[in-house]
Amino acid sequence: MISNVPIISFVTFLPLAGAILLIFIRSESVKTVRAVALAAALLTFATSLALFFGFNGASGLPEFVERASWLGRGLDYHVGIDGISLFLVLLAAFLTPLALLSSWRAIDDRVKEFSFFMLLLETGMIGVFVSLNLFLFYVFWEAMLIPMYFLIGIWGGHRRIYATMKFVLFTMFGSLLMLVGIFVLYAAYHKATGIYSLALADLAAISLSPAFQTWLFLAFGLAFAIKIPLFPLHTWLPDAHVEAPTAGSVLLAAILLKMGAYGFVRLGIPLFPQAAATFAPALSILATIGIIYGGLMALVQKDMKSLVAYSSVSHMGLIMLAVFSLNFVATEGALYQMLNHGLSTGALFLCVGILYERTHTRLIKDYGGAAARMPVFAGLFLVTMLSSAGLPGLNGFVGEILCFFGIFAANKVLTALAVSTVILSAAYLLWLYKRVMHGPLKDPEDKRLRDLDGRELIILVPIIVLIVFMGLFPGTILRKMDASIARYIESFRNKPPVAMTLNVPGRPAQEATTVAELER
Amino acid sequence: MAEYFWLIPLLPGASALALLLFGRRLSRTWVAWQASAAVFASVILSKAAFLHLARTSDGASGLSKTLLPWIASGSFSTSISFHLDELSAVMAVVVTGVGFLIHVYSAGYMAEDRNHSRYFAFLNLFTFFMLVLVMASDIVLMFVGWEGVGLCSYLLIGFWFERPAAAKAGMKAFIVNRIGDAAFIIGILIILASVGSASFAVINDAPRSGLLSAGLVTLVAILLFVGATGKSAQIPLYVWLPDAMEGPTPVSALIHAATMVTAGVYMVCRLSGLYAASVPASSVVAWVGGLTAVFAATMALVQNDVKRVLAYSTISQIGYMFIGCGVGAYAAGMFHLVTHAFFKSLLFLAAGSVIHALGGEQDMRRMGGLKKHLPVTFPVFLVGALAISGVPFLSGFFSKDAILTSAYAGGHYVLYGLGLAGAILTAFYMFRLIYMTFYGDERTPRAAENHIHESPWTMTVPLVILAVFSALVGLIGLPVFFGEKANLFGRFLEGVFGPAAHHLALSTETVLVLAATLSALLGIGLAFIFYRRSPDVPVRLADRFPGIYRLLLGKYYVDEAYDAVVVRPLVRGAELVYEHFDLKVIDGALDGSAAAAGLAGKGLNVLQSGLVRDYALAFLMGAILFLGFLLIGAP
Repeated sequence: MISNVPIISFVTFLPLAGAILLIFIRSESVKTVRAVALAAALLTFATSLALFFGFNGASGLPEFVERASWLGRGLDYHVGIDGISLFLVLLAAFLTPLALLSSWRAIDDRVKEFSFFMLLLETGMIGVFVSLNLFLFYVFWEAMLIPMYFLIGIWGGHRRIYATMKFVLFTMFGSLLMLVGIFVLYAAYHKATGIYSLALADLAAISLSPAFQTWLFLAFGLAFAIKIPLFPLHTWLPDAHVEAPTAGSVLLAAILLKMGAYGFVRLGIPLFPQAAATFAPALSILATIGIIYGGLMALVQKDMKSLVAYSSVSHMGLIMLAVFSLNFVATEGALYQMLNHGLSTGALFLCVGILYERTHTRLIKDYGGAAARMPVFAGLFLVTMLSSAGLPGLNGFVGEILCFFGIFAANKVLTALAVSTVILSAAYLLWLYKRVMHGPLKDPEDKRLRDLDGRELIILVPIIVLIVFMGLFPGTILRKMDASIARYIESFRNKPPVAMTLNVPGRPAQEATTVAELER
Repeated sequence: MAEYFWLIPLLPGASALALLLFGRRLSRTWVAWQASAAVFASVILSKAAFLHLARTSDGASGLSKTLLPWIASGSFSTSISFHLDELSAVMAVVVTGVGFLIHVYSAGYMAEDRNHSRYFAFLNLFTFFMLVLVMASDIVLMFVGWEGVGLCSYLLIGFWFERPAAAKAGMKAFIVNRIGDAAFIIGILIILASVGSASFAVINDAPRSGLLSAGLVTLVAILLFVGATGKSAQIPLYVWLPDAMEGPTPVSALIHAATMVTAGVYMVCRLSGLYAASVPASSVVAWVGGLTAVFAATMALVQNDVKRVLAYSTISQIGYMFIGCGVGAYAAGMFHLVTHAFFKSLLFLAAGSVIHALGGEQDMRRMGGLKKHLPVTFPVFLVGALAISGVPFLSGFFSKDAILTSAYAGGHYVLYGLGLAGAILTAFYMFRLIYMTFYGDERTPRAAENHIHESPWTMTVPLVILAVFSALVGLIGLPVFFGEKANLFGRFLEGVFGPAAHHLALSTETVLVLAATLSALLGIGLAFIFYRRSPDVPVRLADRFPGIYRLLLGKYYVDEAYDAVVVRPLVRGAELVYEHFDLKVIDGALDGSAAAAGLAGKGLNVLQSGLVRDYALAFLMGAILFLGFLLIGAP
């Protein structure tokens, strides 16, 4: 491996380069447009594999670091990956080509613009995960939203304008608060040290007063909580998902939602550890409510996409609960579960998209007995669902059991409540499957329900293979995460002592405090 | 050959994978034979491993093999590793043996089915997961098998998914099991957090080594047992099993009678060190078993569907196994598990042969007089019925007696009484089934009558083999008055469970055996009077006690009660919350959505409408709720 090649910049900006290239292609040559976009996305994925294989992970520090002065005064171009961000980059690079391929037939209007925005989105997503400078992070964070607005607003369903506006407003409010927070932090760092810097490592090194931490944590936390989305900030999600085109839903669920949880792990908790610990019990309760609430709402949805959207609320609730358990296993479980959720929910949206392409309805009641006509699809759909429901042997179980284990060390009552997801997820998914795939064929005359074609197999099979692989060989991924997570846990354990007693497992007296805090 | 024991699960697993991927391109004959051959290879390996253990019988031995490290993170660590000791070897022999016969039987039974290869793939997959469950050396891997068999059960119950009842029954089975599994997971978490290891050896030792306090032992044992009530269809989670009869009959025989549903019993035996250390948990196990044994038997009394009679019978018989485990007689519980695996799969397969002969008829009211038409099925059915009823010297007699004797010896007289009452009921409903099906007038519709035929050899040969086992397998566990060492089965398992605890005076033993025999004969006699000599008695009884009759026929309305108390309030409640809270209160954008509908045609003219204000309001409400909660909730 050549060490001085800026691989991360390649991975981040290859999609952008592809998007720029698209500008020079005539809109009418749809095939060329699609081919170029797919090639750019595939090339990005291939390059990202170099990150995977080249990543050492023993130190827990960012690797492949690139740093260059940009706007001056600490506003640097500074990127790198560690065990926490590596796999999210890979996930984005892996799913974007599949999402593009899934739109082959579904999108035939303004294909060039569509592909352009998809590639732009990819650059934004990857950029968020590789940024080591807070300003750069914010730039990518915002940049990523713009293509998403257009993807939903132009290629969405009937109520796309409504959904887009809601998405814009929710995320904009969050982002603005975060921007204010960044400025305050920037000023505070300069005041404390006399140096301008927004490098994450620098910011994490200084100690902020508890009151200061509280306000900054809330400013950042709101942006992240909206993105996750944490109950009760979730209502933008079902609308955005229902109206978004399949490719948009896939990336929204698989990558964009992860940014909230990633934001907490990368920024919210390391920068403001005392505030994070203070708010952890309250956030844990909201997360637990989200698990149960999202599951119950998923149970009664009539639209397949909004069912999957609410299931995301439930799953992301578990991830949040694990993140705010603030211990090693829970965090590793949460990160693993973020990948699982990306794969399984991404695949669920692809499956719904495949059905929608055939019948042009997403209402559950319009289906019935599809398995008889689509046996191969039925099998792949089932595996996807079981992955989402955490069946042992598949990836979801590994993430779930680690999350549960870690959460259990932090809070036993919330664990018991969170475990209900095992029942709820089986209930809403199998009920969905029964109504859509089982029973007598809704309309035996309807010939539109044909089984998967080659393109659709190429989209789904790689995800299924990963689902099984990650269920059986989690070590491949977990071992690369270990050192970075250990560092992350160390970082806030070593901060000045405040309420950090929350998560030392196995000490009854402290558990009692936690419970008392919760009851208060 | 014993050192290759780890291939026992993997062979059917590999076959399942091959069939899932390429099954549709293979010929029917090839599919059936490949599936059966894979299981047969496992039979050979299991037998070799079993004999190896029998030879080395020093108790502490056992075969272990770690295939690969699995989930490891921080203090959490599990690997995929198998362990074969006497207990799991017994289970492996039963699962592969009965499983193989059922594969062969299925070759005949499912020969005509459209989705033949899918069926055998699932059957192989089930065998794989069941063997993983049995041979897992730690509880997390056992849970993989535990959920895996649940999945296969779901797939096979709903095998004919075009039928709404089958699709619904499959779903119900999975979800009800998941309720138990949630408790199971919490049990595992407590173990992992307190004991620090998932290995059965360490867990069984935890009460002694002090890693688990007495209170936690009880809590863990009960939580895991809640999982077992799901998987093994005990009160309160038994409701899925009767509906599971929607699946093909060989599936009912293999999964819902012989193997999967006994997984709960196996789990309790596997963790006997844990259960033995907790008197309260053991009492729960025994009492749930005892009550289920009688409760399910009463429902079997009035069923008219031949498979449902057998389903309730299975629930009831598993109750007996739990009585055994709960009173500390783990070997007796396992013994009944083994004999039950043979005679219950025999009964199901024989019932399948009847159903096959009648072209799918399952209602006993439209059977009768089949004795002369089915010269092989009838005698084997009779052997099965005699065995389950506990008629002396057949297998069920010895195993049921072993359980009841242990209950009595342990001073659990009420449980003993329940067991005895259940035995009378068992003999009664089994012979009710025999008389209604094989004796009396032929009630088959005339059109179907000419088609009644005995089944092909692939079906009858397994029946005969199972009948021989059902008759004779009890001889491996003879009671004490055949000599101190006559209980080969109990002695074989002593390495796992320790020496048997209770010893009764020979005279007491004799009285107990006589009581058991009499109750079997009483049940059979009553059935003879009711359904052979004076068939008007049941009708008059039903007329005399209409309330009780309806209650039994309605299966105590437990399904209806669950539906009314749990399912419907949950779904309706969720609907109300969705409509009135999620959409209106949290979202708060009711006007907005109306406006949006009206605006859909107006393009991007949105910013001038009230829309933005509405979303802003909705957003602010959410944000205020969120921040308010954080600020109030945190100190």
